[in-house]
Amino acid sequence: MLDVQNISKTFNPGTVNEKKALSGLSLHLDKGEFVTIVGSNGAGKSTLFNAISGSFFVDEGHIALNGKDITYVPEHKRSRVIGRLFQDPLRGTAPHMTIEENLSLAYLRTNRSKAAFSHVSKQEKAFFQERLALLDMGLENRMQQPVGLLSGGQRQALTLLMATLTPPDLLLLDEHTAALDPATAEKVLQLTDSVIAEHKITCLMVTHNMSQALSLGNRTLMMADGRIILDLSGQERAGMSVESMVERFRVQAGQALDNDRILLS
Amino acid sequence: MRFILQTTLELGMMYALVSMALFLSFRVLDIADLTTDGAFVLGMAVSVTVTASGHPFLGLFAAMLAGAAAGCVTAILQTKLGVPSILAGIVTNTGLYTVNLMAMGWTSNANILKQRTIFTLFKALGIGGRWYSLILASCITVLAGVLLVWFLGTRIGLSLRATGDNPDMVRASSINPTHTITIGLCIANALTALSGAVVGQSQRSADINAGTGIVVVGLACLIIGETICRRGSIRRGVIATVVGSIVYRFIYALVLKTKIVPIECLKLVTAFIVGLAIAMPTIRSWISFQRRKAHSAAGRDL
Repeated sequence: MLDVQNISKTFNPGTVNEKKALSGLSLHLDKGEFVTIVGSNGAGKSTLFNAISGSFFVDEGHIALNGKDITYVPEHKRSRVIGRLFQDPLRGTAPHMTIEENLSLAYLRTNRSKAAFSHVSKQEKAFFQERLALLDMGLENRMQQPVGLLSGGQRQALTLLMATLTPPDLLLLDEHTAALDPATAEKVLQLTDSVIAEHKITCLMVTHNMSQALSLGNRTLMMADGRIILDLSGQERAGMSVESMVERFRVQAGQALDNDRILLS
Repeated sequence: MRFILQTTLELGMMYALVSMALFLSFRVLDIADLTTDGAFVLGMAVSVTVTASGHPFLGLFAAMLAGAAAGCVTAILQTKLGVPSILAGIVTNTGLYTVNLMAMGWTSNANILKQRTIFTLFKALGIGGRWYSLILASCITVLAGVLLVWFLGTRIGLSLRATGDNPDMVRASSINPTHTITIGLCIANALTALSGAVVGQSQRSADINAGTGIVVVGLACLIIGETICRRGSIRRGVIATVVGSIVYRFIYALVLKTKIVPIECLKLVTAFIVGLAIAMPTIRSWISFQRRKAHSAAGRDL
């Protein structure tokens, strides 16, 4: 499904700000896997996502998706099959366009069968409404309102819906609930879990919540210094507690876990 | 009086296409496209030249094509070659001066006094009596407006709107901003050129300086329209451009007739109004901040 081979990325090479963000990272994902990622500040979690989605090209290594080499495929082409959610709920939706227009755009741009001048039909609008109702936020009755009027949590839920309206081959969730209040975060997380289960979407999720990392999905990765230092799945993962995982991290990385948000949560 | 009303409506309808173009580039794409002045004259020049050779309808399409090409140059300069968007428009606009002279046969003024134009052809149909030119101009503008609204609801149109609304979102979704900006500027300048083409055939001449300041006038119309109709949906926005354009021409006629403001000063007044209108949100927040400051100072004295 996703094959990341030995990728490296150095920012600002040759300057005082040189930063090796990814160093020889390899990762293989099978179809339908739901993987959570935890790690220290600056471990390279977001950089890994940027590399996979094509925000930049890697210095070394190869990335393949569905058996196709996408190492040098530009970002906008990859995003036809890779959905992505950011921590900032304002990044995924267009504020001056209505809910319906945002959904139409998400739907039309991911559907290969749709021509450049295609509109959404009545049935498709009804389908949007149906999906919105599943969010249980009353958005199905506000289709004609600009998205800028929604709360952060509502916008993030809408972004999730937009990203999965046509199920992507790969979904990247970059701490997508971190900027929301606890109740809304819980709600968006439930929606995430159910939508991934429903469509069997292959998913990578960065989180700073250790217990969440262990309870959600079926595999957990820990990252430090641009590498994956721990890869848990199956029995080993099932029997793992948050404390023992933090300890394993300390042993493997040779340093304490210093993600302030992990420590505070 | 009837004559004034008629000309005002006619000019309002013809120039509404320019504010429609600016609605697309300035409001939807969030790009100040200064190609507008040159593209207007380009449309006029191409239309008049093609009409002179006996093809008035072809003149309109050729003008739109030429305008789209000009928009494409500006778009490539800013998306592919990294020229700042305002500068890209100015560069194209400067180059267009020569292109426009060339299109007019290296003269600064071209006439089509005896040739058939779309207006004479339409008059011959006998529809609308003395109002024929208003009817024809309205048909063209309304058709352009309807097509624009339709276009902005399509996949490309929605992508284009998202490009102007949330660049962050566009970068992470499968929209290529280079394409959407290029398409947007091509359509905007095709509309501007169409306006020039219609005006040129209507006044039966093309002048190299006819486009000077047209971008500011177009923005004034856009802002007047938005003030009257309020900002909202795309359909409302497009209607507002037409309303604004007509109101602007009424004000223009009023000034011309009553001479409240000397007519030589009209461009200055227009520039002042546009500057003020665009600065309004900033001025408003500054005033409310000063008020709050004064209020809190007064409170402390007690």
